[in-house]
Amino acid sequence: MRRSSIGAGFLAVALALTACGGAGESDGGGQQAADSAVGVTKDTVVIGTHQPLTGPAAPGYSKISAGARAVYQAINDGGGINGRKIDYKVEDDGYNPTRTVEVVKKLVLQDKVFAIVGGLGTPTHSKVVDYLNSEGVPDLLVSSGALAWDNPQKAPMTFGYQVDYTREGKIQGKYVKDTFAGKKVGYFTQNDDVGRDTQAGLDQFVKDQVVVKQGYDSANTDVTPQLSALKAAGAEVVVCACIPAFTALAILAAAKIGYQPQFVVSSIGADPATLSGLLQDFAKRGGASVSSGQLLAGLIGTGYLPDVAQTSDPWVAYFKGIHDKYIPKEPFTNTVLFGMVQAYTFGQALKAAGPDPTRRKVVEAMSSGALKGPGLTPFGFSKDSHAGYTGAYVFKINPDTTTAVIRPPAVTDRGTGAITPYSGERATPEQVNLVSK
Amino acid sequence: MQDFFDLTLGGISAGAVYAALGLALVIIYRATRVVNFAQPALALISTYLAYSVTKATGSYWLGFAVAIVAGTVLGVATERLLVRPLRHRSELSSIIVTLGLLLVLQAVAGMIWSNEPLAFPYAFDFRGRFSANDLFVVLVVLAIAGLVLVLFKYTPLGLRMRAAAFAPEVARTLGVRVGLMLTAGWGLAAAVGSLAGLLATPPFLFPNVLDGVFVYALTAAVLGGLDNPLGTIAGGFVLGVGLSYVSGYFGPEMVTIAALAILVIVLTLRPSGLFGRAKVRRV
Amino acid sequence: MSVRTESPETRVEPARKRRTLPPLLVHVLAAAGALAVVVALTLVTDEFTNLRIATIGYYLIAVAGLTLLTGLTGQVSLGHGAFMFIGAYTVALLVRRVPSFPLWADLLLASAAGGLAGLLAGAAAARLRGPYLAGATLALAVGLPALTRKFPDFLGGSNGIDFTVHSRPAGIGVPELRWQTWIVWLSVLLALVLVVNIVRGRLGRDFRAVRDDEVAAALSGIAVGRTKILAFLVSAVCGGLAGGLQAFLLGTAAPGSFTPALSLSLLAAVVLGGLGSLWGALWGAVALVYFQAWSEDLADVLHLNTDVANNLPLAVYGVILIVVVLAFPRGIQGGFHRLGAHLKSIRRGGKA
Repeated sequence: MRRSSIGAGFLAVALALTACGGAGESDGGGQQAADSAVGVTKDTVVIGTHQPLTGPAAPGYSKISAGARAVYQAINDGGGINGRKIDYKVEDDGYNPTRTVEVVKKLVLQDKVFAIVGGLGTPTHSKVVDYLNSEGVPDLLVSSGALAWDNPQKAPMTFGYQVDYTREGKIQGKYVKDTFAGKKVGYFTQNDDVGRDTQAGLDQFVKDQVVVKQGYDSANTDVTPQLSALKAAGAEVVVCACIPAFTALAILAAAKIGYQPQFVVSSIGADPATLSGLLQDFAKRGGASVSSGQLLAGLIGTGYLPDVAQTSDPWVAYFKGIHDKYIPKEPFTNTVLFGMVQAYTFGQALKAAGPDPTRRKVVEAMSSGALKGPGLTPFGFSKDSHAGYTGAYVFKINPDTTTAVIRPPAVTDRGTGAITPYSGERATPEQVNLVSK
Repeated sequence: MQDFFDLTLGGISAGAVYAALGLALVIIYRATRVVNFAQPALALISTYLAYSVTKATGSYWLGFAVAIVAGTVLGVATERLLVRPLRHRSELSSIIVTLGLLLVLQAVAGMIWSNEPLAFPYAFDFRGRFSANDLFVVLVVLAIAGLVLVLFKYTPLGLRMRAAAFAPEVARTLGVRVGLMLTAGWGLAAAVGSLAGLLATPPFLFPNVLDGVFVYALTAAVLGGLDNPLGTIAGGFVLGVGLSYVSGYFGPEMVTIAALAILVIVLTLRPSGLFGRAKVRRV
Repeated sequence: MSVRTESPETRVEPARKRRTLPPLLVHVLAAAGALAVVVALTLVTDEFTNLRIATIGYYLIAVAGLTLLTGLTGQVSLGHGAFMFIGAYTVALLVRRVPSFPLWADLLLASAAGGLAGLLAGAAAARLRGPYLAGATLALAVGLPALTRKFPDFLGGSNGIDFTVHSRPAGIGVPELRWQTWIVWLSVLLALVLVVNIVRGRLGRDFRAVRDDEVAAALSGIAVGRTKILAFLVSAVCGGLAGGLQAFLLGTAAPGSFTPALSLSLLAAVVLGGLGSLWGALWGAVALVYFQAWSEDLADVLHLNTDVANNLPLAVYGVILIVVVLAFPRGIQGGFHRLGAHLKSIRRGGKA
């Protein structure tokens, strides 16, 4: 057909005019200077974040921003940071990377935020790291344990927050090796970088004990086949690098098939309050009850923040105060605490940036290594590292769903370095005195 | 190595749920020639209501009953308000309107009960390779399917409903209240759908919990033939068991691809489903 | 650019022969004019609105392809997002693995990959009717992105593939986002020229004949199966191009972007804009971008409780769909037609 071929020729010629160069070839574009005060006015600082508030991944994560917001409100009510109140804009990306790119660009271009704080998720946040760095927007305290946030060379504006999966895997691996020597070990991990990076850490210690590896896909909630495989291989210890829904599903599936391994769960999925909330209703009809306490008792987990049930911890008491005042209707879980500590840490960084904060000053404050706070292990922030918490402690869940620390905090690196116990001094809320009363 | 027997048992109870939800879709399709995309949302709201009732009264079965009733009411309302006005328009219109309803209801569920997952109990004890709950699920689905088939084939009501769907003008002249029959069809289907929702939801309830099940249920209905309830039930069980094997032997991420592959293969060989009847037009 | 079938009377009137330009030229000129309008728009609006304009662009071609398939040949597809997925990943893989290919080659290959998938899908779907086709295409939308998790090394797994595209020749001092918007719209308008020509030509008439009555079409000599497959092919080429442009714009291709919800949104946009209408595709694309934005702003303004605020955009979108289908069945474009006819009758009435 003549007309179509003319049209096609037209198309080809016109498109060829768009670029003759290779699409993927670099032209060595540089990064802009980061010393701007966009988003800072005389009395406000505007920050933004992207979170999965709706959609299939919302369960479990939509509470983080609620906790953060409560802390920002407390800070604002106390007069703000150096006289500026924090305006916290939360955008929903539904865990959809396309939406993440769109809402982050909206925050940067339209809302003109000073920084992005606590962007959540690896598949989502990894899409905006290049953009934020090339635009010179501080990208602080990413909510994900991926290793990618610790790259001061290529991503100087990006800083991690939670302990990365490999570090945590090493600590879990060493604990299993020391405590369950000779026992058969199985892995039950998420089918992506969470699982892969955790295994990299675990394999440094328990590789010869591993008899079976199973993965789950977060779109598929039937994990009975995978737990059956773990049982069939005889795994006595199951290391679970899972999000809370899947930790609970694994526990239920194991109960279903009469399998009682020792579960060792990563911090992302080990919050006792969330887990017992998920497991509370599975009593047998007419027979011995299966309470959440029963299902969870003895579960081993790792963490780096104090557990919300430890009301004797000064930081827990402090944040509980904020929770009770600003978000009393939300259950006070470790997820909420995660968001609160994240917001608090940003507040510290903003304060350290001085009375006239700029983007460069806040990045310098983050890299200074001077940020000490609620964490039970230190941040890895320095000029050469943008890694968040550098270690974890190991705890066991008691039958009443409180926790007991069974191995004190230890820190390590993401390579093959040793794991060393950490016994540094932890400041108290009064000492940090972020929010003046 | 996976235990073949365990996978089969797991597949049977999963398949029962697909069969039930597929049956709901087929009943509506036979009655009104509409694929009800809002079905998972109607079931979702019913299940959330059951959750609230159970939480308030402590009784699972009361919540169960409330869910079935609520589902029926929602189905009736949907048919009268949204589907009836579109009866003479293209099938695309009713797909879009039910789609709109799906979005609204899922959003409303999130607004009222939040997007956080809520623990939702099983009807019976869930422990065991083929637990009491699994047995309940399979038996209840088979029973409901049997009742529905008996209703359609052997009762005057069923005959009237089939007449209203197949030849509405003729039925009307014979005194069948066609509109009422269509509404009844939707109410019945929505009740079955709510039952499926109650069975599919445990252990966690959240606004998107029934999305995956719906896709498999639609696949089962298409596999079995959208105008064939028996075929759909069979399709549901076959799909459940098949996908269980895929998850066990090839990995959980392969399940949706396998469903697609099964569908493509079956439809290529038999475009109206395994047991569907192709429409023959005399020209 | 609405789709009207020509009636026999207007064709044979030798006395009233006007010299008209060949339709292809008319369309190309119209496209050039449209591109000028878009460029002007991007120059007067801020960067973020430029992003929205670009987003409307690639949704436009995706919706246009779907409206052609569903509106003109009556094949209801719930899996259009799968073709966008193929186009996006084609661009991503090419940019990462064959960086020397120019952008236009990547986009052409993305369109071709989409077309190939459309050919296969159409062949598999040719004998399927209505809801069976809907179910099969939904399974396609759900199943295809799962391939990324089966081949995580090649396809990047759940995190997808990230890349940077350098399309702007050195020396052009335009912000990157604005330049990208121009590229997107240039590609979209060129593709639309082709689509319009198909729709108003012989193939378009074959499409509509098949939609209206397959048996009659077959009796009048149209190869029904082949026509339906061709419709799938053309619509999938549009979908592949749309996906490729999205990947180009966002610098990423990830499975989380290609949910069944995307395919359903595209279908909703088709109906909203006006089934079978290419102008309707434009309204649908605008709706997709702006309804989301407006409902988010509405939620902000009303200071609603978080659960309500988070879910409000979805609820509003659903309500709009229901209202449009019940009250404005021919969509926005149909609404304009009615308005235009109304105005015309007023004018005629006034002149007498």
